[in-house]
Amino acid sequence: MEEWRGWRKIRYESELDPAFASEIASIPQGEKLFSCIQCGTCSGMCPISPYMDYTPRQIIAMIRAGFKGDVLGSYTTWLCASCYSCAVECPKDIKLTDIMYAAKRLAIREGIYPKRFPIPVLANEFYKNVEGSGRNSEGRLILRLFLKTNPFKLFKQTSLGLKLLMRGRFSLKRESIKRTDELHRMLKVLEKVHMVKSKDELARMKEVAS
Amino acid sequence: MSTVKGSSNGAPKIGVYICHCGINISSKVDVFKTVEFAKNLPNVTVSREYKFMCSDPGQELIQKDLRAGLIDRVVVASCSPLMHEATFRRAVAGADHNPFLFQMANIREHVSWVTFDKEAGTEKAMALVAAAVKRISLHIPLERTRVSVHPDVLIVGGGISGIHAALTLADSGKKVYLVEQEPTIGGHMAKFDKTFPTLDCAACILTPKMSAVRANPNITLWTYSEVVGVEGFVGNFKIKVKRKPRYIDESLCVGCYDCIDACIFKKGNVNDEFNVGLSKRKPIYIPFPQATPLVAVIDDKSCLEFKTKKCKKFCVDACERKAINLNQTEEIKEIEVGAIILATGFKTFDAHCVPRYGYGKYPNIYTSLEVERMVNASGPSGGEVVLKNGEPPKTVGIVHCVGSRDNHTNKYCSRVCCMYSLKLAHLIRERTHAEVYNFYIDMRTPGKGYEEFYEKLLNENVHFIRGRVAEISDWTLTPEEEGKLVIRAEDTLIGTVRRIPVDMVVLSVGMEARSDADDVRRLFNISCSKEGWFLERHPKLAPVSTFTDGVYLAGACQGPKDIPDCVAQAGAAAAEAMALIDRGYVELEPNTAFINDELCSGCKTCIGLCPFSAISFDNIKKIAAINGALCKGCGTCVAACPSGALQQNLFTDEQIFSEIKGVMSYV
Amino acid sequence: MNYAYYPGCSLKSTGRAYEESMLSVFEALEIPIEELSDWNCCGATAYMSISELKAFALSARNFALAEQQFKGSNDVNLVVPCAACYLGLNKARRYLAEHLEIKETVDGALKQAGLHYSGHVHIRHPLDVLLNDIGLEKITAAVKKPLTGLRVACYYGCQIVRPYAEFDNQHEPQSMDKILTALGAEVIEWPLKTRCCGGSLTGTVQEVGLRLSYILLKEAKKRGCDVVATACPLCQFNLECYQSEMLKSYGEVINVPVAYFTQLIGVGLGLSSKNLGLNRLFTPLKMPHPVKAVQGGQRVHS
Repeated sequence: MEEWRGWRKIRYESELDPAFASEIASIPQGEKLFSCIQCGTCSGMCPISPYMDYTPRQIIAMIRAGFKGDVLGSYTTWLCASCYSCAVECPKDIKLTDIMYAAKRLAIREGIYPKRFPIPVLANEFYKNVEGSGRNSEGRLILRLFLKTNPFKLFKQTSLGLKLLMRGRFSLKRESIKRTDELHRMLKVLEKVHMVKSKDELARMKEVAS
Repeated sequence: MSTVKGSSNGAPKIGVYICHCGINISSKVDVFKTVEFAKNLPNVTVSREYKFMCSDPGQELIQKDLRAGLIDRVVVASCSPLMHEATFRRAVAGADHNPFLFQMANIREHVSWVTFDKEAGTEKAMALVAAAVKRISLHIPLERTRVSVHPDVLIVGGGISGIHAALTLADSGKKVYLVEQEPTIGGHMAKFDKTFPTLDCAACILTPKMSAVRANPNITLWTYSEVVGVEGFVGNFKIKVKRKPRYIDESLCVGCYDCIDACIFKKGNVNDEFNVGLSKRKPIYIPFPQATPLVAVIDDKSCLEFKTKKCKKFCVDACERKAINLNQTEEIKEIEVGAIILATGFKTFDAHCVPRYGYGKYPNIYTSLEVERMVNASGPSGGEVVLKNGEPPKTVGIVHCVGSRDNHTNKYCSRVCCMYSLKLAHLIRERTHAEVYNFYIDMRTPGKGYEEFYEKLLNENVHFIRGRVAEISDWTLTPEEEGKLVIRAEDTLIGTVRRIPVDMVVLSVGMEARSDADDVRRLFNISCSKEGWFLERHPKLAPVSTFTDGVYLAGACQGPKDIPDCVAQAGAAAAEAMALIDRGYVELEPNTAFINDELCSGCKTCIGLCPFSAISFDNIKKIAAINGALCKGCGTCVAACPSGALQQNLFTDEQIFSEIKGVMSYV
Repeated sequence: MNYAYYPGCSLKSTGRAYEESMLSVFEALEIPIEELSDWNCCGATAYMSISELKAFALSARNFALAEQQFKGSNDVNLVVPCAACYLGLNKARRYLAEHLEIKETVDGALKQAGLHYSGHVHIRHPLDVLLNDIGLEKITAAVKKPLTGLRVACYYGCQIVRPYAEFDNQHEPQSMDKILTALGAEVIEWPLKTRCCGGSLTGTVQEVGLRLSYILLKEAKKRGCDVVATACPLCQFNLECYQSEMLKSYGEVINVPVAYFTQLIGVGLGLSSKNLGLNRLFTPLKMPHPVKAVQGGQRVHS
């Protein structure tokens, strides 16, 4: 017999973050999320919603209500494949895909995301690749991804890897642009600049404005 | 120019009254300083302030000074003329002085309500008072003209709204012209099977009213007709109505159907508009069995005789009363009316505009109006709800909010769709015992008995899924979905995505303004709102009148609404039209244009510009002449006149320049 | 007009056949095209998850380089076959054009690299170039080996029609259909033309990505296609390379070749399989045998 684990489902206001909605809404056209009527078209269109822990519609509701920890720690935002099906059909023109990206960026900045989940790891590895050399080396990327998340899975992929290798579609060579120093100078100045404004940045902006 | 009446000999005596408007004005304008300032302006004999000038004591202040002869012109510095110009003019008239020797300076909406700075506010108020004082010296006494109101009424549109308005007016003894563009009256309501929430048969409650229209001697019913020309103004409209040829003599035809049975086309070959394209009709037809008038009509675009001139014309022979006249031509009728009621109705949203619902792509996807016809016993399938293959459906999906509440189609809620979706759910379930699924965002049931109707449906084993349908298509994932249409939506209440295989889909389409709404509104000189509906004068307090005096609105042409609201609004429009006619006259504002004969060079620039055709050319004097009764004071001719011969009462060049000088002299 | 060509990282590795076939087709149709030198990664979806401004800056560097390299024309036409790069670059171009603050920030970053973007770059997909610039007439005239009898399921994927549908209808795209029909192929009607294949999920959360790709292949096969034509390297990879996994997970043999639409065009233009990278496919493309006679609606093969 299963043991009752005493789940507590009530959420108190003190646990929520009232500034979270404004943080997400600080992206261009992000404020449209306040027009959400919770119709569910986004979740209905999304081909991945059956696999998500929270459907896209629920994520918007949670953002509005301030369930910051839940949203940033969910798998949903990472599972989003950015197919834009939700955004083009939303009757209120809410830029859902961009909101998902904003949540991901905020999650990485604040360090709240499911650890050892392959998708954020992939994003990070991709990012490091390109930051360094300006191009992505697909073979190396996949290798590092599996090594960092589940090395055993790597063995299962060997036949696929061999097939690709035989057809000249796999290489472990490091791809790079020539003028990497130019790229580094360019990206360095954008280190601290963000489109999703955190709570403190928003407060600072308000101060400056008034 | 009119003679100056009742003016004093010598300088004008101006009274200036500054209102506090509670603290509305006085909090941002130093009223007392302004009063002192006004005292020193030229020709000002009296300068006072009061807390509420528009109140009775406030008005009496003015009247006392007028009666005592201290003043003969009045300037009130208070709110906007739109608020109280009429009030103060009445007050001046009440003291037996000409009401047009009065000018208002707006120091509330234009000053105290738009600044936080009391100093700046006071400066501007003083400048505006100086302007008004300078101007008022140039005012002359004017008289309002009275024009009589023609007692007849034109109603455009013969749906339930037009019918109800016509009956109401006719019962009060007014003569009504009811013009309808279809061959029969009845509108959309005639197409419905049952109406919510009572499930009354629509035809049963509508047809008695239609017969009453036919029988009422005060109503002139012109069907298959359109309004093509509107001239004039409130109380005096000249209307041109085009009566399209039906090729049947209305006075002879009794609606026996013999000609239709005899038609050379044995089966219908034209899309039947009444059955929303679900069946075909012949070129000669009667729209439906209770059509009013019950007279056949020949559609000359599809009739063989009109296309080839080679038809055997069996219809002509079949008619015992010799009612068919193929030589009938279009007739233009000219009538005069005092008031116009527009009741032109709506159209349904075209579901093709939402491609992901597959309308027109997959079979067995119907709009709600098509299903209404199907469910109707006199419809294309004899009241049977059937699929394209003739079988009844086992599962039906009803999709709410198609073309409503959506930035991509129409932002507004169409108000009736939730209710009629519930009604269709009930009717479909009753006829076919199919499993019915209603997919909705919110259940909107605001009227009397509506929420109870929803409860009734909840208890009829209808499935309600709160989730806007994402897509309808025919690709399958499980064996149960083979050969069916699959509706994918998130069940938001339970929190999961669902795929429901159905045999038939009903799209609950929203209401939209008719495609010709913009042309119609231009014809009648009214406005349309952003969504295309005819614009009412005030959304809360004046929903049936427009900004054009004498033109009223009734029914869905003003916005989406259900039948009870249409009837209510039609009654309201009829009442307002009745009020206009019973009063018998209209007083025109004297801000009309006038011509200085000596300056007019006869260039005729003004004549073509006048939207009210109030200017004509005097061939003897070779100058322009204005009909004061027609002039509405729009100012177009005045602005256009190259020689300055045209001036406008209350807005002469001198008056306007003096106001400017008044401000500049102070500043 | 010289077209600029932006390959993106995929077209140099897993998507090599896309580059090979596209360049061969463009050569055969005499379309002048030149690769952007020292192009950098567009950032794809990964950069958007970490820093959107850096993603815009990466794209902007490419635009600046394109403006420098293709100085002759007023506006540079940058041909981007990879759907993810197409969307990424297009999004960057639009945001830079519509949001002044973003443009200023990115301009500042570009300056650090000594570069300047003046807003004269257009992002074009090869489908757009072939259909709208070259035209069906010219393509039809160049056909040497019509694809008669080849039943193709055109799969567009998400990124070239959503959220910006610049050259085709967002819900029912037809550009690939039209081009392949002009080459004599029989394009089948199917409703999943633009449904997501799962993107990078096949590599990270395989169960989900596999399912999405499986749904597409299952429906395409059900409707009787001989080949699925794709316009994105990741779609092609997902649909093609996991068919054995699908057999394991769903017990269904798929065995449907998945080719780039440019490869099919190349076949129709009579180009050699080596130049089209046909040897890089997992499931070889089999052309239907020429039809001998038609017996009561059935195809009789020689």
